[in-house]
Amino acid sequence: MSDFDAPDGPSIVSITDRVRLTPLGAAVGSVHFLGDRAFFVGAEESVAIVTRDGEINRVSTHFGAILCAASDGKRLVTGGDDGKLIAIDDKGESSVVATDVKRRWIDNVALHGDGTLAWSAGKTAFVRNPKGEEKTFEVPSTVGGLAFAPKGLRLAIAHYNGVTLWFPNMAANPEFLEWAGSHLAVTFSPDNKFLVTAMHEPAMHGWRLADSRHMRMSGYPGRVRSMSWSAGGKGLATSGADSVIVWPFTSKDGPMGKEPAMLAPMPARVSMVACHPKNDIMAVGYSDGTVLMVRLDDGAEILVRRTGGSPVSGLAWNAKGTLLAFGAEDGDAGILEM
Amino acid sequence: MVEASQKIPVTVLTGYLGAGKTTLLNRILSENHGKKYAVIVNEFGEIGIDNDLIIGADEEVFEMNNGCVCCTVRGDLVRIMDGLMKRKGKFDAIIVETTGLADPAPVAQTFFVDEDVQKNARLDAVVTVADAKWLSDRLKDAPEAKNQIAFADVIVLNKTDLVSKPELAEVEARIRGINPYAKLHRTERCQVGLTDVLERGAFDLDRILEIEPDFLEAGDDHDHHHHDHGHDHDHHHHHHDHGHGGLKHYHDEDMQSLSLRSDKPLDPTKFMPWLQNLVATEGQKILRSKGILAFTGDDDRYVFQGVHMMLEGDHQRKWKDGEKRESRVVFIGRELPEQAIRDGFEQCITT
Repeated sequence: MSDFDAPDGPSIVSITDRVRLTPLGAAVGSVHFLGDRAFFVGAEESVAIVTRDGEINRVSTHFGAILCAASDGKRLVTGGDDGKLIAIDDKGESSVVATDVKRRWIDNVALHGDGTLAWSAGKTAFVRNPKGEEKTFEVPSTVGGLAFAPKGLRLAIAHYNGVTLWFPNMAANPEFLEWAGSHLAVTFSPDNKFLVTAMHEPAMHGWRLADSRHMRMSGYPGRVRSMSWSAGGKGLATSGADSVIVWPFTSKDGPMGKEPAMLAPMPARVSMVACHPKNDIMAVGYSDGTVLMVRLDDGAEILVRRTGGSPVSGLAWNAKGTLLAFGAEDGDAGILEM
Repeated sequence: MVEASQKIPVTVLTGYLGAGKTTLLNRILSENHGKKYAVIVNEFGEIGIDNDLIIGADEEVFEMNNGCVCCTVRGDLVRIMDGLMKRKGKFDAIIVETTGLADPAPVAQTFFVDEDVQKNARLDAVVTVADAKWLSDRLKDAPEAKNQIAFADVIVLNKTDLVSKPELAEVEARIRGINPYAKLHRTERCQVGLTDVLERGAFDLDRILEIEPDFLEAGDDHDHHHHDHGHDHDHHHHHHDHGHGGLKHYHDEDMQSLSLRSDKPLDPTKFMPWLQNLVATEGQKILRSKGILAFTGDDDRYVFQGVHMMLEGDHQRKWKDGEKRESRVVFIGRELPEQAIRDGFEQCITT
């Protein structure tokens, strides 16, 4: 695209009429697919399960705010300010997985492919394997984010001044990746070669795991709250600017010494990004409510939801990549069938 | 962007150990005022009230990665505010209690530097509870206690029933020697009107109407206002005191306030760079700053306020007919370079 036009202008392809709107009436915190059903995690108290036909079922989960959620495609696990960790299966059955003895907030949760679960409350990270064996690990300051490595049982725990890599099944000492500042969300590249954090300041930091070499990824006007690996882990798409910042991870050096791609600029802040699981396209949500579908190689855009309303706060594809769900802070939500 | 009036007010409650913070907090939570407070405390269990909006904090002070050593924020507070905002509408205001040894600055700065926090909440006031019996001693041996007095917008001087009248006068004079601008309330068992500690708007630029020392008593005929500290200090003693008509006045050796004024307008092209440079170079020493300014050729009052190196300012309103166009600037800080500040200010006056 040579010039950028407003999304309601004539130059952009719109598929807004193909979206099934499913207003939920309560703020959306995130959205996850279990099979073909979208699980909209509310900012408080409940999860709304929406079928592709738009049928809504609500499951009460927490007595308060839902602070974190993660899914492996088979179940959804949420943590709340009521100190509870709740699992919901694909049938919508919920169960209490853990209760913090001090009723501390459950700030972070992560799921491993083998069914192992990790969560954190304050400075403590917990891991529970499918047999129910639990282990804990204390880091020096409050846990900002958790992520399992794609291979082996290794948990990245982000905190102030760096990331601790913990191997819950090994006696070995944890590794520590140091970088000054407060590290929040954390993610491994799908090839297990890089680790990236979103920091409290508007920047990201990365390490090449083989040699702990640093990668500084800065220049954002706002904090990065959403990160998504593109199909095959070729790039990491991020929110925080008025366009999607996509860092290249195709070479052995990752994004070191390379410029990121800046796609889909809008007169609003990107609030959510979700890359398609198979193809080189991504869905992008903005602070002004707009949702676009963007092709990664040339930045071509398709309008999914018109500008208006409150910031997009949830965005996800199903595993097959045939359904896209979005939700907003004002409770608006929708599902697009491709 | 949320309008300032819709942002959730945040009161920071400080005070040295044992001064009576928890008593005040319990009163705020138990009195029938029709408001619901979310309370961020550092010790669970001290508050005997069951409330799912009482949140334990860790007081994690983080340096911002911007090369400014005094730009510290409370990292745990950023996280808690994030979580609390998911429950918007379930409470009217937030109270952040700090530990007795805490510096209030990182808490205050969290509300200035963090974009997401700033979007939803506004700092209302720093309220310091002080123990009338022990404060004088703590000001000598605990720098934290001094910080909390210097930083305060409201001081609740508690346990006044445990001291004699002269002792009370003494501790008040010591408070005033550090911070003459805070509203001071004398209490027993923290019996202060809640409207005197909550919803103060102390950081609201629109409410920086006058910057005058807080007068305690109508019968106090001493002119605090023009009291001049340009005398020699006795550096052998920690505190310097000198009498005026029987009333004791203290000039604290390392924590002072400095007041500047001018009847002539200021040159904005000189004043703004000077102020920015001053807080950039001396911001570690300057705890709080405030000003009402009359600029050359400007019919609007300009107001600013700051915490350490952070400043915010705006045009406030038109100068009224007949209103004296006078500029007033106040700094409260530690070992302020008084003469350099006075000279710098003088050079901003349009001649």
